[in-house]
Amino acid sequence: MTLWLMAGLLFTPLAWAVLTLLTDFVWGRRVTWVGILVQVLVSLGLWLTVAQHGGFYYDLGGWGAPLGIELRVDGLAVTFVLLTAAVASACGLHAGVYIDQHKPWHRYFWPLFWFLWSGLNAVWLGGDLFNLYVGLELISLSAVGLVALGGNANALRASIRYLLAALLGSLAYLLGVALIYGQFGTLSIAGVVAWLDNHSAPAGPGLALALMITGLALKTALFPLHRWLPPAHGIAKSPVSALLSALVVKASFYIAARLWLAFGESLGSLAAAQMVGLLGGAAVVWGSWLACKQAQLKQVVAYSSVAQIGYLFLLFPLTYSVSESVSLQAQQGITLQVISHALAKAAMFLAAGNLILSVGSSRIDALAGVSRFLPFSLFSFGLAGVSLMSLPPSGGFAAKWLLLQASLGSGQWWWALVLLAGGLLSAAYLFRIYRASFAENPETDQFFHPSKSLEIIPMVLAVMALGLGFVSEQVLSVMALPFAEEGAP
Amino acid sequence: MTLEEWMPVFALMISLVASVGIFALPETGYVRRTSVNLGAAVLKLVVVIVMVWGVFHGVNYGVSFTMLPGVTFVLRADALSMMFAGLSAVLWLLTTIYAVGYLEDSPNRRRFFGFFSLCVASTMGIALAGNLFTFFLFYEILTLSTYPLVVHRGTEKALRAGRTYLIYTLTGGAVLLLAIAWLHSLVGDLSFRDGGHLVDADPDIHRSLILIFILLVAGLGVKAALFPLHGWLPQAMVAPAPVSALLHAVAVVKAGAFGIVRVVYDVYGVEASSDLGLLAPLSWLAAFTILYASTRAIWQVDLKRRLAFSTISQVSYIILGIALAGPLAAVGGLVHLLHQGIMKITLFFCAGNYAETLGIHRIDEMDGAGQRMPGTSLAFTIGAFGMIGAPPLAGFITKWVMGSGALAVNMDWVILVLVGSSLLNAVYFLPIIHRLWFRKGKETWPEERTWGRLETSPWLLWPPLLTAMMVVVSGVFASSQFSPLAWAELIVLREISE
Repeated sequence: MTLWLMAGLLFTPLAWAVLTLLTDFVWGRRVTWVGILVQVLVSLGLWLTVAQHGGFYYDLGGWGAPLGIELRVDGLAVTFVLLTAAVASACGLHAGVYIDQHKPWHRYFWPLFWFLWSGLNAVWLGGDLFNLYVGLELISLSAVGLVALGGNANALRASIRYLLAALLGSLAYLLGVALIYGQFGTLSIAGVVAWLDNHSAPAGPGLALALMITGLALKTALFPLHRWLPPAHGIAKSPVSALLSALVVKASFYIAARLWLAFGESLGSLAAAQMVGLLGGAAVVWGSWLACKQAQLKQVVAYSSVAQIGYLFLLFPLTYSVSESVSLQAQQGITLQVISHALAKAAMFLAAGNLILSVGSSRIDALAGVSRFLPFSLFSFGLAGVSLMSLPPSGGFAAKWLLLQASLGSGQWWWALVLLAGGLLSAAYLFRIYRASFAENPETDQFFHPSKSLEIIPMVLAVMALGLGFVSEQVLSVMALPFAEEGAP
Repeated sequence: MTLEEWMPVFALMISLVASVGIFALPETGYVRRTSVNLGAAVLKLVVVIVMVWGVFHGVNYGVSFTMLPGVTFVLRADALSMMFAGLSAVLWLLTTIYAVGYLEDSPNRRRFFGFFSLCVASTMGIALAGNLFTFFLFYEILTLSTYPLVVHRGTEKALRAGRTYLIYTLTGGAVLLLAIAWLHSLVGDLSFRDGGHLVDADPDIHRSLILIFILLVAGLGVKAALFPLHGWLPQAMVAPAPVSALLHAVAVVKAGAFGIVRVVYDVYGVEASSDLGLLAPLSWLAAFTILYASTRAIWQVDLKRRLAFSTISQVSYIILGIALAGPLAAVGGLVHLLHQGIMKITLFFCAGNYAETLGIHRIDEMDGAGQRMPGTSLAFTIGAFGMIGAPPLAGFITKWVMGSGALAVNMDWVILVLVGSSLLNAVYFLPIIHRLWFRKGKETWPEERTWGRLETSPWLLWPPLLTAMMVVVSGVFASSQFSPLAWAELIVLREISE
């Protein structure tokens, strides 16, 4: 049973990728519909299994540690597998309608989409450093390909830039992996943790951790390594932007967070934790400020990602040498932030795509009157915005509350100020857009109406992001599913 | 779930469902939209009346669930909740009727009524919130749902006002959140309780508690338009008249004042607040706001702006009454929550009528409007005299009770504030009344619309007449069992009996 689940999560998406590679756009879309159904069922199956029997380690194909393919199936991994199923399905369904099927190169969307999904699952479930690297590369390469689908010179430029950043990040990560292997003789995270528990920490691996986290921070676009993100996310097709912002940047962050939670206490230092937090805070402020300056709708949303990613890195200071309850609050808060940002940002990019389609211009000031002509998509955009501004009752608010509690509880009140300022700044750039949409401009009454299915998908995502606040307790309970340590290598 | 658990959920959901329904109907579904809206408003009034009856007889309505680790979402009805909820339910119905007439033939009515219902739903949530966390939830939803109403017209001026509104309220919200989170991390999840929680607080955290109180009042004071945080209110006057009416009478400013009442009474407790030395400065601030805003009102030439400054002044009565820390003064403050609501909504309805029927916006254009619109002008006159505090109208009751309450706790200076404020109110209201009735008008009005033999559309005329009648009734029958005054006494009795 477990074998089937693992194969279903990791290899079936590859099968869909190969199938769609062989067909044209329309058949690719049909295959994808079936594929989405299967993947959602498999993801739910994983959840049920873990909820019944608890989490476990799994050696794929019998290749265990120290060098094999080790999977770590715990509550957090399940949470992200489910999140991926939700967001990727929505983006896949949206893309099937949104993407112009007459351009021949667009059929490559489907294989890239499926490679991406497979890579994401590999990262969520990966238990050893090298396989995490493989998953990460699969994600990066398919993401670069998706950006390049834009088809014009700007898209190519953005994707090449993205590729270089991603490769540089991978190199730094790989170097760290090599150092870890040299020191400990294993690539399994659990194996390294077990070693560290029994020995005093040597000096070298600290550098390895720093290298890995720097590489991952570059892939996650943490300030000041964020410059590649806005062009790539801004220029890609809306469903692609949604996938990239919602899931792709989260994958590298997820690895960084896992590494920090596993090794941070023994290999990290207070200064490093505060430093990373500081960069996160700077990202919040600087990203929001730049978002306020953008004239293009999707650029605002892209810079907003830079800011929102900043919050995630508050995990580092808020879990370093603090009490267990504070650390738990911080982890829960960050998890909610990842989920709510994924849902809200996907909804926002998809809705923004509809708005752009409708007014025929990607500029913010072209939105005048759109509140009369396309209220539904604007409303989706607005609801997603509530979560990004972390106002109640959204998931973003629940996340902010937990992070506030964690920072006040650990006496690090300065992060509370970052959180509050970040909320206000995000309101500043988002209300610029609402303001433009409320303005009346009698000259442009030419609007195109996108199809209903394009409008409904972002609304569903936005409502999920908004309602997340009410069910946070339940969502967090998935993350807290019990984990059976007995299979540990 | 039992019926006692369902009732507050019903009361909240009715407006929410109405809002979703209105958004779902097409823009042109005029009749269906109005039926949904009015039907929901009537239904809600019935639910609220049942709950008022229940609370009076000691039924405990309430429901709660865990929303986040360590935080519960609580809806609960006590006497204070029902005062605010009742005000909101009554005025929702009247304002909806008014707004249907006011916005006839204007664009974007679906958006307007949708957000309007959402705004009312959030005031219901504020009324029924059982702890600060839940209160904050709805307090912020209120901010968001009023923004589209303020900028409804989409003009440059409206958009600018909306921006000011947001800068004030969102910053206030952030300050409030900080205070609530800080309090939560110090003392845990505090549900509102008669008598408060912090009387026996550890002396080590007294300094933090004082600081938190200041942050709470600052955060709430933005919406309550407490000096110097009142700047957004006069600007928000650019909104359509029903919105101004709702904002001033029940929704936004009252949410702030109501929050301060909750903090002082049900979180800190009057005793703890006054032991920490927090109430005296609050009362000075409120008194200053009363006099300052009344003075500013005198120089406003725009009718709605003058009314706005009057609101700033009047809402501080509520805060003053609470801050005096005596039971009788508190009754005066609380009863003003209702009295100010019905008086101010009357005045705004009338201002809207003048603007909509005759095109009058400035006070110097009002000469002789009494002959042209006798019903509206009568309502306006009653509202204005109520504000001044002429017996036997509602405003007089407030001032009388509050004055006696101040004397009872030896705060004689408050009498001077009350008298001064009444004089200032007379200075800025009597000239308007003089113009309405005793000056001869010009032959033509700026933009006149006619409705046959009626002075204006009946949708616009009846709501102010009804609310003006309430101003008279709640003054004359103040000592009856179901007057606002009796209810305010019930609240205070339950608070201090703990």
